[in-house]
Amino acid sequence: MAPTEADFRTKLQDWLPKLVLAPSFAVTLLFVYGFILFTVVLSFTGSKMLPKYDWVGFENYQKLFALPAWNTAIINIAIFATLYIVICTLIGLMLAIFLDQKIRGEGVLRPIYLYPMALSFIVTGTAWKWFLDPGIGLEKIMHLWGWESFSFTWIKDGEMALYTIVIAAVWQTSGFVMAMFLAGLRGIDNEILKAAQIDGASNWQLYRRIVIPLLRPAFLSAFVILSHLAIKSYDLVIALTGGGPGRATEMPATFMYSYTFTRNQMGIGASSAVIMLMTIAAIMVPYLYAELKEKKV
Amino acid sequence: MSAVTQDTAVSTGRATRAFLYLILILFALFYLLPLYVMGVNSLKPLPEITGGNMMALPSTWTLDPWRSAWSTAQIGVEPTGLKPYFLNSILMVVPAVAISTIVGALNGYVLTKWRFRYDTWVFGLMLFSCFIPFQIVLIPMAVVLGKLGLAGSVPGLILVHVVYGIGFTTLYFRNYYASFPTELIRAAQIDGAGFFRIFWRILLPVSGPIAVVSVIWQFTNIWNDFLFGVSFGGTSQPMTVALNNLVQSSTGVKEYNVHFAGAILAALPTLFVYIVAGRYFVRGLMAGSVKG
Repeated sequence: MAPTEADFRTKLQDWLPKLVLAPSFAVTLLFVYGFILFTVVLSFTGSKMLPKYDWVGFENYQKLFALPAWNTAIINIAIFATLYIVICTLIGLMLAIFLDQKIRGEGVLRPIYLYPMALSFIVTGTAWKWFLDPGIGLEKIMHLWGWESFSFTWIKDGEMALYTIVIAAVWQTSGFVMAMFLAGLRGIDNEILKAAQIDGASNWQLYRRIVIPLLRPAFLSAFVILSHLAIKSYDLVIALTGGGPGRATEMPATFMYSYTFTRNQMGIGASSAVIMLMTIAAIMVPYLYAELKEKKV
Repeated sequence: MSAVTQDTAVSTGRATRAFLYLILILFALFYLLPLYVMGVNSLKPLPEITGGNMMALPSTWTLDPWRSAWSTAQIGVEPTGLKPYFLNSILMVVPAVAISTIVGALNGYVLTKWRFRYDTWVFGLMLFSCFIPFQIVLIPMAVVLGKLGLAGSVPGLILVHVVYGIGFTTLYFRNYYASFPTELIRAAQIDGAGFFRIFWRILLPVSGPIAVVSVIWQFTNIWNDFLFGVSFGGTSQPMTVALNNLVQSSTGVKEYNVHFAGAILAALPTLFVYIVAGRYFVRGLMAGSVKG
């Protein structure tokens, strides 16, 4: 029996949804997973300025982990990520709990805490770079205000420059963490809190024993988002310290860029990108998997 | 995030409340500080910054730093000001936001109302792409853009931003459409409405809020992007890259006032969006942490 036009139309209707989704899926497969594969392959080649396909095994990875610059980057990201995540979480949680106490002017405060999230890291970096500059910024301000012995030269100091990045990064994202915790707090059933209070729990106990454990999902989301932001941090470092002084604030993201594009060590650059991806994947994949499984029901 | 203050069970004393307000206000000042510093110092002549106090209001008010940042400051080697780069950013952002939002809406529609086997896997693979460190795609992207003849051009940047933006837009629309009653779709199907007709007549009219979230998120992300801009911008660099070139320039006197004016110019579009539609911005951020 020859297919009629009506048959064709039904067929088309069946296929249409998949046809609509197909380009996006194809693009994702190619530009995300294909590209990942390509970078992985490059990381096993002796590519310098341009991609070459001479297999060198794990040589790039061995070289990478022998490089002082990469080791500095690893130590820096570990310190930076830890401080950034812990401080953002503490400030975010504190502000959220405080704001949740029927604060007058909450509607004014909340947007003030959150607006830095709308700015580019380059803008943030520019502002903090000059504000923390000892010659014109904070140190000089304190001197002019009469505190002559005040000294704040972190941004020029190889030992301390990394912490200025923590300051700027915390400034930018802690408000967002506050919003995540506040949403969590507003989702808690008041009856539970009232019952605990009737049982004689103090405010401190109430938060420590009941509220904070109930915020577990918010803690998890905050951790995942912040660690992901930390590992990707590139713009802020470039704008604030440019990876300096010297190499003091080198991070994996700045390392990857400079080795690939300015030092023409593409093989090593690719291997550092692979390490970065694996670190993020180790955090994101289990999280996304759990989220999707939950929603599947 | 709900804007309604709920009746908190915790009771607090007077001293405690004073302390709460103190801390909350101190933090507000901390968050406002850089904005104040940028604003005030962008309106001063340079000697007032180098020879004066950064926290002080200008004694001579001037708009010259703004004029310079916009149209005459040295960016790289050309004294063009930030204006051409601002235009590059606009030319890049508008199509990229439009395309990724439309594609995301259609994807979300298919993934919730026309489900098929392994659709969660398809979505999961697309979703993961939002969270990769983009360093992993820089080299292949440079190669591909070169082969396509799009390297260093605005269309190249649009392509990059669409490709790595559809994961998020799809997430938004998928989570939003998931709560739309599927029975209505089935009823329309029985009445003979086709795939696009249902989308156009039934889902699109209710998509306003999530479309705003998606547009704001994409706009903010793409406007603020630096990595793709610096890697693939070539002669069509976006605003963020130009601002960085202005600030990091090692030749001549450091014109801090011009840098600050430039930084505010680069921040204005996203700040404006945040001020007029902050609620949606926050919703986008929260949905970006996947829990919708």
